Amino acid sequence: MTGHTLIAALYVFALAAFLGYQVISRVPPLLHTPLMSATNAISGISLVGSIVTAGASYNTVSTILGFIAVVCSTTNVVGGFVITDRMLKMFKRKEIAKKE
Amino acid sequence: MSHPETAKRGMHLAEFGMLMAIIGTLLHHEIVTYTWILAGLAVGSVVGLAMGLWVPMTAMPQRTALSHAFGAFAAALVGISEYFRHGGHLGKIEMSALGFEVMFGSLTTTGSLLAFAKLQGLVRGTPMTYRGQNIFNMGLLGVTVVIFIYLIFVPGSMPLFFTMAGLAFIFGILLVMPIGSADMPVVMSLLNSYAGLASAATGFVLSNNVLIIAGTLDGFSGFILSILMCRAMNRSLTNVLFGAFGSAATAEGGADHQGSMREVGLEDIATQLAYANKVVFVPGYGLATAQAQHAVRELADALEKRGVTVKYGIHPVAGRMPGHMNVLLAEANVPYSSLYELEQINPEFPTTDVSVVIGANDVVNPDARDNPTSPIAGMPILEVDRSKSVVVLKRGQGRGFSGLENPLFFKPVTGMLYGDAKDTLTRLVQAVQHA
Repeated sequence: MTGHTLIAALYVFALAAFLGYQVISRVPPLLHTPLMSATNAISGISLVGSIVTAGASYNTVSTILGFIAVVCSTTNVVGGFVITDRMLKMFKRKEIAKKE
Repeated sequence: MSHPETAKRGMHLAEFGMLMAIIGTLLHHEIVTYTWILAGLAVGSVVGLAMGLWVPMTAMPQRTALSHAFGAFAAALVGISEYFRHGGHLGKIEMSALGFEVMFGSLTTTGSLLAFAKLQGLVRGTPMTYRGQNIFNMGLLGVTVVIFIYLIFVPGSMPLFFTMAGLAFIFGILLVMPIGSADMPVVMSLLNSYAGLASAATGFVLSNNVLIIAGTLDGFSGFILSILMCRAMNRSLTNVLFGAFGSAATAEGGADHQGSMREVGLEDIATQLAYANKVVFVPGYGLATAQAQHAVRELADALEKRGVTVKYGIHPVAGRMPGHMNVLLAEANVPYSSLYELEQINPEFPTTDVSVVIGANDVVNPDARDNPTSPIAGMPILEVDRSKSVVVLKRGQGRGFSGLENPLFFKPVTGMLYGDAKDTLTRLVQAVQHA
């Protein structure tokens, strides 16, 4: 990574940090658990890196490690979204919950 | 995600975005063979779906810990593989990022696995400490960092690299060992944060902006949650990580409590509840272990039919992870408009007729407010002792996870109702309906 690319990357990092702070601090405690599972799913974005590693046929070790990484990341992505969905479905308003 | 209604939409957007990112990557020019990728995707999807659909809500903390482990492991593996690929030819910047990625990834993997074991009960929940532990941990961390810095300048030393990775793996376990169950919410958020930071570091290594953004968001989310949890317990982060809360409690001892705990009968409580104007339920981890969330909702329904106002007071660190109680109660169909945060519900306790504490201990312990020598001094609590009457549902006379005596149990305003929470609540429902 050249110095130029590093600066660009740091810039992205700083922007993401600012954005992250703004967004996350607005999440009410009620939604903290779905937040955790959602960010877990998002961290499965490391799937992106794993895919390249697994598919580029660099060498056997890399491919195997990449394969394991793909399995782990995919589990996170799929599982994370499914669970977050389940949780969010459960949060109902009083009017809908009470039918009597 | 600022509101449950909009959150669902936000999630669908996120899912779509992820899909795009993945498809974009699959078309990456460096990819030569798809076999392994597809195999990995298939296996991962099956496991993920299975976990997502079949894990009960009460096992949410464990599942989250496992998830952190997976994510961090993936990051660490990518880092190790990248190192393998480039051998010793990495520039300083890349090596730094890679080192971060592998260190954070490794320690989060093992740390999360240990957290999972503790939560699942496979390992003791009480803090595991030994003399000089903090010094040893710091020393180990120091050695790891030194190797890391050395590697930046001499990237070719493969054995050193693997030593660093190995040490990081060990450090993860050592870091989580002294954490007591009650401090789990903070550690969970921290591990969430680290897993994200490991992904962000991966992004730096692979020059991949998507990874940097996603990892940073995740890292920050976890970090902010950790700070919130610490503030809710009025302890600094360093205190939680290195304070070995459990041992501090035994050293202090707390005040010796005169008086005895007053046991009350079920019928009396039922009558009290049935004729009250306002009742507040305070759930704790005990509600989760007793799986009593449906029973408490039934009791709330029975009371509301009689015109009683029912509210739930949720302490930010009740349970084993942030938002644990909220999710548990939501699963039982408790409308979230009945759930109140600490600052909202505390002013209401003096006008509350009956506060029902279910399996909660530290979060309602008045020592935090009244006793400056208590290990939990300064922690904001739910001030149930200010209500007109308190009922505590507990399995027995034990001290709970933190090992602290709770003077609330000895106060004249409090009555103890012993037994399994689910069982007690179900019988209360019947008694209230006949009151």
